Amino acid sequence: MAIRIKQPSVLPGFGLTLGYTIFYLSVIVLIPLSAMFIRAGSLGLGELWEVITSPRVLAAYKLTFGASLVGALLNAVFGFLVAWVLVRYTFPGKRIVDAAVDLPFAMPTAVSGIALVAVYSPSGWIGRYLEPLGIKAAYTPLGVTIALTFIGLPFVVRTLQPALEDLEAEVEEAAASLGATRWQTLRYVIIPTVLPAMLTGFTLAFARAVGEYGSVVFISGNLPMKTEIVPLLIITKLEQYDYAGATALGATMLVISFAILLTINVLQWWSTRHKRGA
Amino acid sequence: MAGTITLRKSAAGTPVRLATGESTAVRWLLIGISLTFLTLFLFLPLAAVFVEAFRKGVGAYLQSFNDPAAYAAIRLTLLVTAIALPLNLVFGLAASWAIGKFEFRGKQLLITLIDLPFAVSPVISGLIYVLLYGIHGWFGPWLAERGIQVIFAVPGIVLATIFVTFPFIAREVIPLMQEQGTEEEQAAITLGASGWQTFFRVTLPNVKWAVLYGVILCNARAMGEFGAVSVVSGHIRGKTNTMPLHVEILYNEYNFVAAFAVASLLALLALVTLVLKSLIEWRTRVQHDQEEPA
Repeated sequence: MAIRIKQPSVLPGFGLTLGYTIFYLSVIVLIPLSAMFIRAGSLGLGELWEVITSPRVLAAYKLTFGASLVGALLNAVFGFLVAWVLVRYTFPGKRIVDAAVDLPFAMPTAVSGIALVAVYSPSGWIGRYLEPLGIKAAYTPLGVTIALTFIGLPFVVRTLQPALEDLEAEVEEAAASLGATRWQTLRYVIIPTVLPAMLTGFTLAFARAVGEYGSVVFISGNLPMKTEIVPLLIITKLEQYDYAGATALGATMLVISFAILLTINVLQWWSTRHKRGA
Repeated sequence: MAGTITLRKSAAGTPVRLATGESTAVRWLLIGISLTFLTLFLFLPLAAVFVEAFRKGVGAYLQSFNDPAAYAAIRLTLLVTAIALPLNLVFGLAASWAIGKFEFRGKQLLITLIDLPFAVSPVISGLIYVLLYGIHGWFGPWLAERGIQVIFAVPGIVLATIFVTFPFIAREVIPLMQEQGTEEEQAAITLGASGWQTFFRVTLPNVKWAVLYGVILCNARAMGEFGAVSVVSGHIRGKTNTMPLHVEILYNEYNFVAAFAVASLLALLALVTLVLKSLIEWRTRVQHDQEEPA
């Protein structure tokens, strides 16, 4: 058992399919990704540090992570509400609303980008009512946050829906018969139970937002130091043939993405354990 | 649907509120807030695409497509998808056969690696191919000597598209094949069927809806990808512009009607994708419910 990699089976095709899987995975994903890390590694720590701590890059990091965080938090709150309404209540058009939650997945990001400008620019559908209130949405960090909220919504709703469906009515009934108000039941029974799912959804939305490009570049205005996100900065560096800079930025972003991915896996492991324990 | 609480009338006809539900007022308030949020973030942007496209009437809308560059963009998008989709389909089926039907070491690691492209920013997905095949890339000079251009040409666009849509089909089919086990396949093999016969007559019919689901999602992303393709395309009008890139160019030229007209085709694709996706979800749910009580 210690030496054998595969357990015996009467089914054929293991070598062929696994071989092809590993080959295709290597050619498309693993080799190109390692190439970037090797190139980033050949830069040397000093140069790498210089690139990722320059003021323009730091400003871009701050905006990207800040706006992603706010967007994911907004989604955690409103996504919970949307998931709750879709699981618990019936209302006309519910199935259409349920399907529409996936729109940010299905819509090409460039289309979402120009559509968000049409809605939130100073002359846009909603923007023109925000303007007199002194609120500038498009071409400000607020616009970036709006786009990143849009893109992250399905992640929270889709991870929370099954968790809310799995809640057992008995637990809520018990809480109610023990004298808990509806609010107390929500606060002490329901939210703690679906918390792992909520955190997973939040993290997925955050991860997606950090790398997002298409839906942001139109509404952000792309002013260096002000409304420039990291993915755009990578493209700018590439267009200036600054391959070292682009590589350094890309590699650090990727390391951060992997750390987030790891967090998601730990969260999911925690949530399945949570379920078994309950 | 455990937990769905609706108001029930008592024998006397007065409404009785169950202890585990919310009052009608709270319920409609929550529905109202949710719908307002969704309207601001989903429905208005969707409506904006079509309204802006038809802002100057149907004539101007149709006129937008009377442009060779638009045709070239549509053709390129279809071509790229026609290459990327089958490749990822074959990979998805091979990976799920290996992972779903056999026990081997390192399986979990392999599943994680397959999901990797989802964690990578679209821009980085393009960047990695520039670093490999670009003029200053590892294989760039070698390719240039032989007159093969990958970056700022169609092959680069295809590669970037394959990368961003890489996990879609595999991740739908792998869990299902794992769940279904190998009993039916073992029976088929024992009864003398060949490996291919077993796959096409036993395994594939069992997973066909998951495959279709993955194909639909993969197709939508392949046609709509922007960031990754933008990095490798070079934006040569009529040559290396896909539909989303063409939308960007028109938009940056302040040709808004044309930009939204091309965008409306992509939005329509998104809507069709959502409808098909919901239909398949509904179908599998019905199937699931039928199997469960047995």
